[in-house]
Amino acid sequence: MNIDAIKDLAYKMADDQLIIGHRHSEWIGLGPLLEEDIAFASKAQDKVGQSLAFYKLLEALGGQDPDTLAFGRTAAGFHNAIFAELPNGEFDFSIIRHFLFDTAEFIRFEMLAASAYQGFSNLGKKFKGEVQYHILHANEWLQQLGNSDDKTIARMQNTLDYALPYALGVFEPSKWEEALLAEGIFAGERELQARWEERVHAALKQTGLTLPSLTTVEPVYGGRYGQHSEHLQPLLDEMGEVINSEPGAEW
Amino acid sequence: MYGGGYLFEKTSLDLLADEDQEKLAEFEARIDRGEKIEPHDWMPKLYRRQLIRMIEQHAHSEIIGALPEGTWITRAPGFKRKLGLMAKVQDEVGHAQLLYSAAETLGKSREEMIDDLLSGRSKYSNIFNYPAYTWADSCFISWLVDAGAIVNQVANSKGSYGPYCRALERICIEEAFHLKFGHHAVTWLATGTPKQKKMMQEALNRWWYPMLQFFGPPDKESAHSEVLMRWKVKILSNDETRQQWLDMYVPKIWELGLTIPDDKLKKNEETGKWEYTEPDWDEFVKVINGDGPCNKERLAVRKTAEKRGEWVRKAILATSPSKEYVTPLA
Repeated sequence: MNIDAIKDLAYKMADDQLIIGHRHSEWIGLGPLLEEDIAFASKAQDKVGQSLAFYKLLEALGGQDPDTLAFGRTAAGFHNAIFAELPNGEFDFSIIRHFLFDTAEFIRFEMLAASAYQGFSNLGKKFKGEVQYHILHANEWLQQLGNSDDKTIARMQNTLDYALPYALGVFEPSKWEEALLAEGIFAGERELQARWEERVHAALKQTGLTLPSLTTVEPVYGGRYGQHSEHLQPLLDEMGEVINSEPGAEW
Repeated sequence: MYGGGYLFEKTSLDLLADEDQEKLAEFEARIDRGEKIEPHDWMPKLYRRQLIRMIEQHAHSEIIGALPEGTWITRAPGFKRKLGLMAKVQDEVGHAQLLYSAAETLGKSREEMIDDLLSGRSKYSNIFNYPAYTWADSCFISWLVDAGAIVNQVANSKGSYGPYCRALERICIEEAFHLKFGHHAVTWLATGTPKQKKMMQEALNRWWYPMLQFFGPPDKESAHSEVLMRWKVKILSNDETRQQWLDMYVPKIWELGLTIPDDKLKKNEETGKWEYTEPDWDEFVKVINGDGPCNKERLAVRKTAEKRGEWVRKAILATSPSKEYVTPLA
């Protein structure tokens, strides 16, 4: 099998989960309701745990240990979508991102569960079950806020329009797309995006929000190739502050 | 965490004179028999008031206590510590949820309690008015502040109010894991590189006296009355909980090669009691009344969170029928 293609996809997923997991964890103690502090904490643990599993897989493929991979690279070495690294902003952005991003994650894991590469199919089967709950949570909030009063609906629509270019960046074409498809490792970003659009459309139809025609939306690409926004490096600096303060120490 | 050193109102026994004396006698007899009082049972006004005050202080301590540790989640060194700390801080917020729910059964809503926290009318554990400068401070809290809270909570779970006792039983089970996590993290620092050891020792130096204050003023100075003990609102005195904690944890701290910053600290073998240098109780009063290193910051963060979340709560209420919860979660 094409190991370089496998590694590239594993890095994307590991970095996505690590970064979005950290963003989720920033809500702990600051949510609009205690119940949301708890929910975001729970999702953060799932996401960071999922990233750990992918880093372990990379380690088994000859990479460094997970702590070094996660906390020892600079932004240029990260393959997460820019969407994941954007600051939490207010609760509306966090919920819209949670909905758009996790819908894509869920489908990705579902597709991975059918992978010809066993390392991926094992993790895909395991994690789609976890992300199922994240989607339930996101959709519940989408329904509540997307069917609330006019002011709230307008606020959510604005945020949705703002988020869409970043959401499409999740599906940035991979240079390994054909190799992944040919070997049955992964059905590809194009297929993922098509399935995502269907689900997103269906969920939004049950709210007062409208999905603009996606052909008019210019995707924000770059993240998958290490070109990030100004928000990633400061986050990575903070994540590595303690562990990199005493190289070789155990914590 | 995190309850410790609750502050009780000066109990006005006049309130008791107004009560139906027959019902009062039956209420006290039930408590003597070890029965639990449940939300819809008759209870004296003073009992209700002191319990609300105690449980809400405890709940506030959980959400405010989540702040100093919460700021270390992003910086927690490595996957293992990070996942452990996230789970722990999540638990603390979950405890607040349980406790607010227990207090609501006594007739005060969560919103009213949070308003009182933000306006300063209602207190929280004083220890969270001190800053967590380094990773080692966060580890100290996880291990030793939680240990102090467990001493308190195990005692209070034997109290008389059913919903509070059941919440505490659940909380104590989770705290046992926090203690393991905290002890493990402190052990790794205390037995690590010279830099790590120094970091841990400095944290211990900073937190030792606030920790002794955590259990509240010495019994001879604290204002709780005999009636709170009789009603099993308060189970152990401040000095009793402080002594229990010293007895359990001083040897463990020494075992790690750390130095406790008090030359006078020793166990008197005759009395079986620990002797120590008293913390500065004037400072304690000053900090409780709002003039500590972090009081303003902690409340400012909470106020900002409340303000930022206001539109979300309003938006939900715009479409959902309002419902008061009176059923305890535990």
